[in-house]
Amino acid sequence: MKPGRFIKTIVILTMVFFYLPLFIVVLMSFNSAKSPVWSGFTLKWYLELFTREYSVWHAFRNSLIVAIVSSTVSTAIGTLTAIELFWKKSRLENSIWFLTYLPFVVPDVIIGISLLLLFSMFKVQLGLFTITLAHITFSIPYTMMIVHSRLQDFDKSIIEAAYDLGSTDFQVFYRVIIPNLVPGIVAAFLLAFTLSIDDFVITFFVAGPGSTTLPIQIYSMIRFGISPTVNAISTFMIAGTILIGFVLRRFVRYIF
Amino acid sequence: MKYVYFLWLLFLFILPISIVFVYSFLEPQIYGGVKWSFSLEAYSYLPRYLALIWRSVWIAGVATLITLVVAVPVAFYIARSKLKNFLLLLTVVPFWTNSLIRIYAWKIVLGNNGLVNQFLGLFGIDPVQFLYNSFAVILVIVYTYLPFAILPLYAAMEKVEDSILEASLDLGASRMYTFIRVLLPNVRAGLLTAFVFVFIPALGSYAIPDLVGGVNSKMIGNEIVRQLLTVRNWPVASAMSNILTLIALLSIIFVMKRGEKR
Repeated sequence: MKPGRFIKTIVILTMVFFYLPLFIVVLMSFNSAKSPVWSGFTLKWYLELFTREYSVWHAFRNSLIVAIVSSTVSTAIGTLTAIELFWKKSRLENSIWFLTYLPFVVPDVIIGISLLLLFSMFKVQLGLFTITLAHITFSIPYTMMIVHSRLQDFDKSIIEAAYDLGSTDFQVFYRVIIPNLVPGIVAAFLLAFTLSIDDFVITFFVAGPGSTTLPIQIYSMIRFGISPTVNAISTFMIAGTILIGFVLRRFVRYIF
Repeated sequence: MKYVYFLWLLFLFILPISIVFVYSFLEPQIYGGVKWSFSLEAYSYLPRYLALIWRSVWIAGVATLITLVVAVPVAFYIARSKLKNFLLLLTVVPFWTNSLIRIYAWKIVLGNNGLVNQFLGLFGIDPVQFLYNSFAVILVIVYTYLPFAILPLYAAMEKVEDSILEASLDLGASRMYTFIRVLLPNVRAGLLTAFVFVFIPALGSYAIPDLVGGVNSKMIGNEIVRQLLTVRNWPVASAMSNILTLIALLSIIFVMKRGEKR
C-alpha cells in the first residue's frame, strides 16, 4: 500500500513543525532588534557572544570537560560489560538487564533529586565531579545497549577460528572483538557525549555554585531576561547538532 | 567490568531511589534535611495535590495521544519511502537538538510579539496570549517527544509485509479501514513502546511547564522541585516523587498487560 496524499501532507506539515521554530531562532540571531520583530541584519549578537559573554564560555568549557570524561568512562564500562555478557554466561545477567532498563522508566526529575539526596547524605561537595558521576550513571545503560546490539550481528565462529589458530583470550579480545566493534563503540561514545552536552534536568540538581554547564546557563538566560545572544548560542548548538547528526548517520542503525 | 557496571548502577541509581523512598517516611527539618523518625506526615499532604496530579496525568495523556496520532502516519510514510534514511535523519536531528533551545524556540514563535501574533496582526487581530497555559505545555511536549514516538513506530512499520495490506485492499476494505484494522494491530508493540517513551518523560516534565506553562499548568515535576529547593520539605518532595514513579510504573504495567493479550 502506497501512502496517500493525506499521509504525505501530514509528513510535510510535521517536518515544517520540526524545523520552522529552529529556523526562526537562527533567523532571529541575525535580527538587529531585541524583540522578534525583524528590523534588519546584524552580527552584533555574535560579537557580543564572543567578546562579552564570559559566563557562556566558562559554562561551555565545563560542559565539554564533563561530556568528554563521562562519555569516555561510560563507553569503556558499557563496552566491556557488553562484551563480557556476550562472551560468557553470567549469573548476574538478569540483574544487569533489570538495572539497564530501569533508568529508562524513571523520570529525569526523580533521577536528579535522588542523586542530590545521595550526595547530601554522604556530604559530597556538588560540582563538576558530581555532575560527571550523574552523567556516567544515565549514559552507561545506553552505551551498554548499543554495543550489545552491535554484538548481536557478531559471528561467533570468528572467535572460535581465532582460538583454533592459537590466540590467547587477550588476543581474541584485542585483535578480533574490539576492531569489529568500532562502529558500535563510536556510536555509543557520540550518544553519551550528546546526552551529556544536552542534559539539563539531572544536571540542574547536582550542579554546585561555579559548576554551571551550558544548558544551565541557557536556562537562566531564558528564565531571567532574554538577550538575543541566546539566539546566537542556539544557532551554534543547532549547527553542531546537525553536524553530529551527519557523522552519526553512518552509525545510526546501532542506536535505534 | 560487569561488576563495575552492576555496582555503579546499584550505588548511583538503586541506592538514591531507595533514599527517596525512605525519606518520604521521615519528618522534615526546617532548612531541608530529615529527622530520622518515622512519620506519614508527608503523605498526608497528598490530598491537596490531587488536582495537580490529575492535571499532570491529563496534560501528559493528551500530549501523548496527539503525538501518537501524528507519529503513526509519519512513521508509515518513512518506512515506505525511498528517501527512508534521509527522512530518518530529518526526524533525528531535532531529537538531538538541545531541549531547552527547542522550548525557547516556541517562546519566540508564540510570544506576545512573536511570529504567530505578528502574522495575526496583519489581519488586524489583537495579540493572543498563546504562552503560559496548558495549550503551550501540550504543544511543546508534542514537539519535544514526537521523534521518540516516530522511531519505534518506524521500526515496527518496517516489518509489516506489504502483501497483507494489499490483501485487505483486494478484499474490498477501504484505505482507512486497512490502516486502522490491519496496519495498527500489526504495529501494536511499536505503539506501546512509543506510548511509554512519550508518556513517562512527559509526565515527569519539569523544564517545559516551567518555561512555557503558567500558574494553572504546573505539573508534578515543578511541585517536587519547589518542595525540595524552595519550601525545603524533603519528605514531601520524596513522597511526591514516589507517587510520580508509581504512576509511571503502573502505566508501564498497564501497557505490558495490554501487549500480552494478543
